[in-house]
This record gives sequence, structure tokens and C-alpha cells, in this order.
Amino acid sequence: MEKMVNVYFFGKKYSVPADLTIMTAMEYAGYTLKRGCGCRHGFCGACATIYRIKGKNELKTCLACQTQVEEGMYVASIPFFPTDKRTYSIEEVKPTDQIMMELYPEIYSCIGCNACTKACPQNLSVMQYIAYAQRGEYEKCAEASFDCVACGCCSTRCPAGISHPMVGLLARRLTGKYIEPESSHLNQRVEEIHHGAYDELIQQIMDKPIQEMQELYNHREIEK
Amino acid sequence: MYTEEMLESVKRVEATRPQRLGMEPRRMTAEEKDELLKAFHPDYREEGFVKIEIGPNKGEKVPTELGHLLHSNSRLLGEKVDLDKIDYDTDVLIIGGGGAGSSAAIEAHEAGAKVMIVTKLRIGDANTMMAEGGIQAADKENDSPVQHYLDAFGGGHFAARPELLKKLVMEAPEAIQWLNRLGVMFDKTKDGTMVTTHGGGTSRKRMHACKDYSGAEIMRTLRDEVINRGIPVVEFTSAVELIKDDKGQVAGAVLLNMETGEYMVARAKTVIIATGGAGRLHYQDFPTSNHYGATADGLVLGYRAGAPLLYQDTIQYHPTGAAYPAQIKGALVTEKVRSVGAMLVNVDGEAFMHPLETRDVAAASIIRECTARHKGIHTPIGDGIWLDTPMIEALGGEGTIEARIPAMLRMFLNYGIDMRKVPILVYPTLHYQNGGLEIGGDGFTKVISNLLVAGEAVGGIHGRNRLMGNSLLDVIVFGRDAGKAAAARAKEVTLGKMNLDHIQAYAEELKAAGIESGDVSPLLLPRYARHERTLEV
Repeated sequence: MEKMVNVYFFGKKYSVPADLTIMTAMEYAGYTLKRGCGCRHGFCGACATIYRIKGKNELKTCLACQTQVEEGMYVASIPFFPTDKRTYSIEEVKPTDQIMMELYPEIYSCIGCNACTKACPQNLSVMQYIAYAQRGEYEKCAEASFDCVACGCCSTRCPAGISHPMVGLLARRLTGKYIEPESSHLNQRVEEIHHGAYDELIQQIMDKPIQEMQELYNHREIEK
Repeated sequence: MYTEEMLESVKRVEATRPQRLGMEPRRMTAEEKDELLKAFHPDYREEGFVKIEIGPNKGEKVPTELGHLLHSNSRLLGEKVDLDKIDYDTDVLIIGGGGAGSSAAIEAHEAGAKVMIVTKLRIGDANTMMAEGGIQAADKENDSPVQHYLDAFGGGHFAARPELLKKLVMEAPEAIQWLNRLGVMFDKTKDGTMVTTHGGGTSRKRMHACKDYSGAEIMRTLRDEVINRGIPVVEFTSAVELIKDDKGQVAGAVLLNMETGEYMVARAKTVIIATGGAGRLHYQDFPTSNHYGATADGLVLGYRAGAPLLYQDTIQYHPTGAAYPAQIKGALVTEKVRSVGAMLVNVDGEAFMHPLETRDVAAASIIRECTARHKGIHTPIGDGIWLDTPMIEALGGEGTIEARIPAMLRMFLNYGIDMRKVPILVYPTLHYQNGGLEIGGDGFTKVISNLLVAGEAVGGIHGRNRLMGNSLLDVIVFGRDAGKAAAARAKEVTLGKMNLDHIQAYAEELKAAGIESGDVSPLLLPRYARHERTLEV
């Protein structure tokens, strides 16, 4: 007999197999998910969820697709949260000290409660990456926020109303575009292609009969 | 954690590890590969396929589940949709909000067109977001687009359409440059040199990555750019049918608000189908690495409107889906785990194949090991093969796993499995649709002059198997090109009288062929609620 546990979706009790995730347990219970379900493998952040175990005080946040059900779990999904993304032109912004102040001034209202970090299902040091952003250390902010899936759990818990995932995203784009050095070998190859350096060679290989291609392929040298 | 039986096998894996660290398993010969595929690859299992009974590909084979959808009628048959009441009017309509759709939107917007995206979930809820390992481009000195062409053409069994593959490899370096200049953080050394590795079937190290969040990093950057540009994105809204006009062009799509059930009309001068793959159809009952919405909707819409399919019978099973524990069964374990040093190992600790064979060969080899050779590792939820991840730290030094594949480490740690210390269990998972709608080198379907397709919904770019890192690449290259081409074509198109006559005509063809599926298509969402379940989740 399969082991079952009792869980409460939006307060209503269901008995579900104990080895399911919150997401598959909702489906087992009969829900057809439209919101609150995206990649189902922990990458898209669609399934931010809040729960409390009956009798315990602590409120927990998680991704429904990555979290196994537990006995007495009271579950509410947060399929949408009004995070506040500011728009900008990536060509016009620069990684200056002022840019965060202009686009996300509320990060300077952080009271240091660390609720964001405690809420993060990816176990990121969210408050720390916000601190990096405050100080204009965008590369560090980018690195510390890199595994963010933008589920928004942090933002739901923030008394200062910060949209943390958006801050990390801005820092990463600034880092990728402006702070890390460009790749000269890449730029050179793009130039070569634009100047037609490979036009003839590619045409030649496209025109080769299949048998010759098979020979070439089966005997090509493989870099160690 | 692992069962007693699994732990016994882990000991054997540990015993052979020191000796395996110093060796490279032999690669299979062309003949060995052919034989293996024919005997063990799911594409060769006749019972997994049916014959298409109507339409441009009549008589060809197709996976049973997709065949069922192609043999079903439109949900609009018999519905009254007022095509004169236009809810959205645009130059370029993009169906799908993944990597291809978003790239197309950015380029169409850049070209000055009025463009909008409709997507049945949210923008970014797409297979692009979940691509982990990387993106190929021949930008190193020892490499060239010609070498990239050879690898991809051979890996795809010499079946790729040359004009499509040429675009893929020739425009790859520019795609990387474009992404980098949008702010995508690629793994680089201090001087800006891209950190590149091998993927299965590559002859040069040309896999660029953003740790093992490569697709996520690309997708969230594209999404941010779409929003920054103010491009309208209508979420939780499916395109359920293309609209045509009396000149045989497409003229937009009928949309369905997924939450309210309301139908709406979008009129457009050009339409791009960028709806992605079909993993959630669970061909041959395989689990899948795909996102929730991967139900081949675009293939159904396009086919019903008259656009032919190509290679619809070839599917990619990623060799390494998670096989244990149950909560992550089918989830992708990126090929990058093997690129950075892990071997595939059987129950006795033997490395039974080279870890970087192409995906179809690797998948077939794992299936053979678990079936005919009885060398799989038994678990309560099915058999699997070890992916010997502790080798990565032994080869690259302590900390390599956390630095290079943090998402994988996290996914298994969630369930108490530390892949730095113990191997993880894998089995093939339904990953990618090699085939799709047929397009020409210009991105347009060959029968409808203002209908384009981009991304996984296209057939023919990769042939009959796709190399790792060529799909992230194809969504960017073909997405961008489709956006540019759609914007340009929109300037020339004059729409005629809009109609849905093709739906009726399709119904009559089905009737004439004596087919009654009792269902409607596209599917839109898989039926996972227990009371309406036809498939195991």
C-alpha cells in the first residue's frame, strides 16, 4: 500500500501519495494547472509557493515542482507577484554607481531583516547581492544572483518592497555587456564571416556527395 | 537516498574509478552505431508510430500521440468566431514566447515593425529556459563553420537540409556576439576568451556556456529585452487556429484566453510559429525533460493550414534524464556533466561506452545496457545507469561541480544526493523534436508565403538527430532571421478577406478518410489531473 499524507491546498484537505511533489500532488488531487506551472524542473520560477506545517509557526517558501509533500502541509501557490521591473535601454545604461539609484532606488531602503535570503528556494544570499548592488559592485551582485529563477519568493517577504530578481538581472546584464571583457576571438570570427572568408568553403562542403561526407565525418580528427 | 542494492553497486563503481580516471573508452564505429540504433533506439520501434492519413504528409509515419492530434478536428469547428471583430491588429504575430519567439520579436521590433507575442503560459516558460549545457559556435582558432557543419551533418545522419544547416553554422558566432552584447554572461577567462568544451559528437571544443543555466541566462535576458522595448506580450493566451485569407495567405490567428475561455481575433500580415516541441505528448510513455506547454501546438496549426512537416518521425531522447528519485524522474541531467568528466557506468562499474557519443547513440546504448545486457541498476521506479559524477572532482579538482554545474548539484541535493560524493542515476528522457514544419532558407514555409516557423517547431535544420548546443543556437539564429524576414515581408503583404475555411476542409478530409478521433487539437496543456489522465506524469 502506497504511503499517503494529508495536505491542504488552499485550506482544503486531500490525501496524496507521500513521494509526490507539491505540483504533482495538486494534479493527483485533480487540479489542471494553468498558472503556477512552467518548466516543472526548477528553472523557470513559475511555481512559487508558500506553506506552513500544521502546528508550526514558521512560514516557508518553495518551488512547488522541487518540493516533496509533507504531512500537514498548508499550501498556497503564488502564481503571480507584482514585482516591479523598470525599463531601460541596455545601450544607454552604463555600470555607474548612480544607475541602481535611478532605476531601483528602493534597494537603499533595505532594513537588513534578511527575510529575502530566508525565503529563497535556491538558497541564494539575496540580501548580500542587494548589498553588492547598493555599493555598485555589479560583478559580485551578478555572480551571487546568478542562479536566481525569478520566482519572486524574496519579494513577497520584503518590507521595503524591493523587486530583488530585477535588481540581480540588471546587474547581470551590465556585467555581461560592459564589465566582463569582450572576446576578441569571437569578434574576429564574426568579421571573417562577414567578409566572406568561409563562403567558398561552406559551399564546397554543401555540394559534396553523401558518400564523401560520410568518409570525412567518420575519419575526422577529434580535439583532445 | 539509495537502496541497499544501489549502494552495493556504488561500491563496485568506486572500485573501478581509479582505473577509469586514466582511460578514454573506445568510440563506436559507424557500423556498430547503425546496428545499435536499429535495435534499441525508440525511433525504430514500429509500434510507437502510426501512418498519417490526410494532408501533405499523407502516408508517412508519425509518433502515435502526434498522429492522434493531427487526426483530430479543430476546437473551433462549429464555434461561431466573428472574424470581423478584430481584437489585436499587428504587422507581425509571433506565436510562442520562448527563445525563438523572443529573438524574433526583438529583431522585428528593431526593423520597425509592429509586433506582438502570444503565449499560452508566460514569456520564458519554454524549453529554452531549461537548456542547461550550452550553445555551439565555431569561434576558436582551431575551428571553423565548416567543421561545425561537418559535425552537425554527420551527427544528424546526413539528413539536414544544407541551406538550413549552413545558416546555423555561419550565423552562430554572430548569435553569440549578439547575446553577449545584450548582456548574457558567458563563461569566460579573465582576458575574455570563451570557456568552451566538447558536447557529444563535436570534433572541436565549441560549447559555450553560462554555468549550467545557459538557457535560463539567455532566456531571461531576451525576456528582459522584449519588455524593455515595450513589445506587447499577451500571456496565458493560446493561438488555437491560424486564420487564412482568400488569397491563400495567413492573416492572423484565433486566440483563446486560457483563463476565461474567451476567443479573440488577432490580425497580422505575417505570422511566425515559434511554439517549440512536443515532450509533453510522452511518446512511447517516456518521461520528458520538456516544459509544461510542449504539446506540438504549432505543428498542428501549421499542418491544418496546409504546411507540410519534415522528419516528424524522428525524436531525440536525451540519454541522461534523472532516473532516481521519483520526484525528478525525467528531468534533464545536462550533457555538460559528461563534458566535464563523468562517465556512464553500469551496475558492475564498467564504462560500457564513450561518454560523448551523439545523443541517439548514447540513449540507445543505455537502453541496451538496461535491457538486452541486464547491466542496469534496479530502483523501485525502474532501471538506470550510473553517471559517475565524483570523477569530475577527481579530474578537475574540488569545487568543480559547484562552479560548473550548480543547478545539477542543487537538484540532487534537494533529495539528499550529493553528486560530488556518489554517482547519480540516469535513463533516457524525451527531449527534443528533431522534425517539425518544413521551411526554406528564408524561414518561410514553402506553401504559405507569409507564414514563418522558427525554433524547435522547424524540421530539417538538424536532420535526424541533433547535437548538444545546436538547439539553443537554432532558436537564436532562426528566431532572429524570422523576425527580420517577417518585418520585411509585412511591408509587402495586403490581406484579403479573412476566413477559417481550412478548418471545415480538414474536417471533411478526416471524414472522407473515415477518421473519428473523438478529440480536438491542438492539445494546449497535457492532461495531468488524475481524473482526466491518459498518461503517467
